[in-house]
Amino acid sequence: MARMLKLRIWRGDSNDGALQDVQVEVNEGEVVLDVIHRVQATQMGDLAVRWNCKAGKCGSCSMEINGKPRLACMTQVAAYGEEETITVTPLRAFPVIKDLVTDVSFNYKKAMEIPAYAHPDELAPGEARMEQIDVERSQEFRKCIECFLCQDTCHVIRDHEENKKSFAGPRFFIRIAELDMHPLDTLRNRKKTAQEEHGLGMCNITKCCTEVCPEHIRITDNAIIPMKERVVDIKYDPARWLGSKIRKREGIV
Amino acid sequence: MSGVFSPSRAKIKERTLRTDKWWLQPAITFGVLFSFVIYATFRAFENKYYFAEPLISPFYSPCLSASCEPGTALAIFGQPFNNQYFGIGISPALFILIFPLGFRMTCYYYRKAYYRAFWLSPPACAVAEPHTKYTGETRAPLILQNSHRWFFYAGLVFNLILTWDTILAFRNAEKEWGHMSVGTLVFLFSTTMLWLYSLSCHTCRHTLGGRLKHFSKHPVRYKAWTFVSALNHKHPTFAWISLFGVAGADIYVRAVASGAITNFYFF
Repeated sequence: MARMLKLRIWRGDSNDGALQDVQVEVNEGEVVLDVIHRVQATQMGDLAVRWNCKAGKCGSCSMEINGKPRLACMTQVAAYGEEETITVTPLRAFPVIKDLVTDVSFNYKKAMEIPAYAHPDELAPGEARMEQIDVERSQEFRKCIECFLCQDTCHVIRDHEENKKSFAGPRFFIRIAELDMHPLDTLRNRKKTAQEEHGLGMCNITKCCTEVCPEHIRITDNAIIPMKERVVDIKYDPARWLGSKIRKREGIV
Repeated sequence: MSGVFSPSRAKIKERTLRTDKWWLQPAITFGVLFSFVIYATFRAFENKYYFAEPLISPFYSPCLSASCEPGTALAIFGQPFNNQYFGIGISPALFILIFPLGFRMTCYYYRKAYYRAFWLSPPACAVAEPHTKYTGETRAPLILQNSHRWFFYAGLVFNLILTWDTILAFRNAEKEWGHMSVGTLVFLFSTTMLWLYSLSCHTCRHTLGGRLKHFSKHPVRYKAWTFVSALNHKHPTFAWISLFGVAGADIYVRAVASGAITNFYFF
């Protein structure tokens, strides 16, 4: 059954902007992206919104809905009270371009700074063999759809613009973890650079990245904390460090 | 102007637009943790009512000071500390509490809890924090959070000691074996929760197998890692329950030792 929904949409650009109130029809089963499209079609023809798959898999329609970083295409209007006003804003950790569209290029720059997978020299393409239990940890991180909600909610950069130059963010910590746990990756010093170049030590484990991940990746428990523990192995645990010098141990690279 | 109020970001004056009760969880965490700190500090300095044969408070075990009550010494450690230094009397609890305290302070779960509730960094997800600068755990003193591993090892030793205390709780006040009291159940619960809290710890998970690159080469460690990973999902729950368990054990011992209640024996 259709009803009218009270919506507040932030409109503007990097110079100025404000929340604007609209009322729009909403039907049973619709998601926030549906009503934004209806507003765009009926009331605000020039409303900028980024979207693509409408299935929670492309990561394009990231925005903040009632202050929480979410995918608009996966947020049911019915999750809110019928009298409740739904407030929609762009991601607040990134520069705004127009209306609900932000400039997320920070993330692509950080992606380029992460050293790529290093294949063993002795294995020709096609010769690599891996057992499932050796790759399943990394596979969890491959579910990432790069919506950057975790980056948006991370207070290290959300609340401190100046940290952007030295902090890669949770999305890229799972990338580093994925590679460091990869059974065939041969790049050394991935842990050291995670700590010293990508800002792993700045994370204070408040788990907001995990809370907002639409793919339910356990970013903190399965990637960031294990990487912090691996850093402890090489930097803050003299017994482990000494052991690695006496006898080469797996994992200490 | 920094953070969400940076010039390039959407001009929104509110620190957060969240409409749910985001403040409730940090407020509860603050209240409970602060209450525990107050109680634990009081008990650590009280220096009495910590032993009622066969029960010794977990806040005072092992009792390592010459001032400890008779019957509290563990043969393996003895009682190497004096009851005062520089003319100042020191409670036996103060010699040992740094270890369980350090384990909890550096615990990955408690870090989340108190960074949010006490330091407001951030108070909740997508709620702007009040601090103008942030360096995380890269500098002193917070870089000391990396010592969690060492406190974990110390915590295991304490778990063994408290397990022994629990075994001793199967004696009666005359030191005869084969008895069981309400105190025995209180200690059993407290110690079991402490073990679950320690075994579900992220450092335990890493040490047992998380640091490996090839699980397939280490099937036993893989099984151990899998088991601890399952426990790890409940780590926050065990963290809270074990905190209440230890406090409960201490409150019970205090009540018995002070004569407020009698330790009821089932047999």
